[in-house]
Amino acid sequence: MKWIVALAMMFLPLSLSAQAVPKLVPDVSQRQINIQSGFTGAELLLFGAIIYPRGVAPEGQVDVAIVLRGPARPITLREKQKIAGIWINADSSDFRSVPVYYAIASSRPLRNIVDSKTAAIYELGLDNLQLSPSGEVDAKEQRRFSNGLVDLKQRNGLFLQEAGSVEITDQVLYRARLKIPSSVPVGTYVAETLLIRNGRVIVADDNVEVRVRKTGFEQLVTILAQDYSLFYGAMAVLVSLLLGWFAGYIFQRL
Amino acid sequence: MDIYLPIANLSVNALVIILLGGAVGMLSGMFGVGGGFLTTPLLIFYGIPPTVAAASASTQVTGASVSGVFAHMKRGGVDFQMGAVLVVGGMFGTAAGAAIFEILEALGQIDTVINILYVVMLGSIGGLMAKESLGSVLAVRAGKPRPAAKRRHHPLVASLPMRWRFYRSGLYISPLAPLILGFVTGIMTMLLGVGGGFIMVPAMLYLLGMGAQVVVGTSLFQILFVTMASTMMHSLTTKAVDIVLAVFLLIGSVTGAQIGARLAQRMRPDYLRLLLAAIVLLVALRMALGLGWRPDEIYTVQAL
Repeated sequence: MKWIVALAMMFLPLSLSAQAVPKLVPDVSQRQINIQSGFTGAELLLFGAIIYPRGVAPEGQVDVAIVLRGPARPITLREKQKIAGIWINADSSDFRSVPVYYAIASSRPLRNIVDSKTAAIYELGLDNLQLSPSGEVDAKEQRRFSNGLVDLKQRNGLFLQEAGSVEITDQVLYRARLKIPSSVPVGTYVAETLLIRNGRVIVADDNVEVRVRKTGFEQLVTILAQDYSLFYGAMAVLVSLLLGWFAGYIFQRL
Repeated sequence: MDIYLPIANLSVNALVIILLGGAVGMLSGMFGVGGGFLTTPLLIFYGIPPTVAAASASTQVTGASVSGVFAHMKRGGVDFQMGAVLVVGGMFGTAAGAAIFEILEALGQIDTVINILYVVMLGSIGGLMAKESLGSVLAVRAGKPRPAAKRRHHPLVASLPMRWRFYRSGLYISPLAPLILGFVTGIMTMLLGVGGGFIMVPAMLYLLGMGAQVVVGTSLFQILFVTMASTMMHSLTTKAVDIVLAVFLLIGSVTGAQIGARLAQRMRPDYLRLLLAAIVLLVALRMALGLGWRPDEIYTVQAL
């Protein structure tokens, strides 16, 4: 019988803490981002509430990190080097899963709220993205390519990491704004909210999705160009011919 | 005024694109060139992906050349027989260009090759033009009569077998020569988004020895059909034709072309050619420097 007691003792704190896990109620200002003719980018407000068991916030500080991530794609990254006086693509490396967009906002700098192991497990921060480089490249070279990729995507506004951009009110309400540039690729984006305390992720919620899509004319053009390329090409030629002919006709009259 | 380019996947200032088209159109109106050789590099400087720039520029050249073809047709300035041979060569050229494009893209060298081709082509054509126009400007200044242009085709052309008569061009040469010429410009159109007029016109004059009265019209005729073919080819292979970009470029360029044509009537042709040579050389120089400068982006992403 002793071992049953011991087992019960072992699981007791676990089951207690399972009960004591707070719940996250996240939401986002827009479930859908429509790309149309005047689109110059968007700003998403990601917000929500933390519901504590029995409505009591715990002692000490809680932190929140919010990750917005686009679909992952395989890519080839090429590196230019100066050869015989000119810069040409000399080296390349493949990555199997690079998110088209990745943004992380946190209430404090990430290294202050989670240890490196937790950060790696939850892929928190640009240094911890699992980009799955493929092929046999040595670690140092791989590092160079990953850094180059992250730097490039950061300057294009497609990767961002903003410490201190999550505001928490009364340990209950949180909100963060994330910028999305006009060059954002289409797809279904997932927003994940993580509640962090004492260096550990207490609860994570990734049930919020944001759809980025082209609408109206922009959608039509993209679909035609991709799937009906013969027709699209003929249209492009026709439009160009008509516009050129029409302009010539008009100016002759002037 | 921002507009979103659905194929380039980014938003640009419509006014900048229209003005760019207008400036290029003005030059094309002044000099009778398509202007594609300026559109593509300028679009790339502005941040449009090179493939989209080249593909959409060729669509724009179609529209920019159509009214010119009509005007020359009315004056009897198009040798349809010669034009047809050139177009056939051009069609094969665009197909070959598409294959080359695909190979270079897979190797990741398309941008470098485009840049080097531009430098070599613009540098040599600009240099030749500068030398020729400077010579005639100086000759006029010195009061000497201009040396009469000799019209004779190149010995290499004369040695080709199977001669045809091209009545309007006043030629009795092998169709292989214009076929090859068309083929080469077709490749250029596909890779660089240029009409190729600034290669074809000198080649027609100095290599084929065509009569000057049909050179520009026939070259425009070929450009019209080959840029149409290249737009189709890009739509089918690279899928990089951005119709919104092409339309805004066209709005600018057709307007600019009219202004340019009017300006050209007030200027002396020799000075006009010298000016064009200077512009061409300037673009070549800028692109040559660009090859050696450290690029803004060392890394580029290509989707698999």
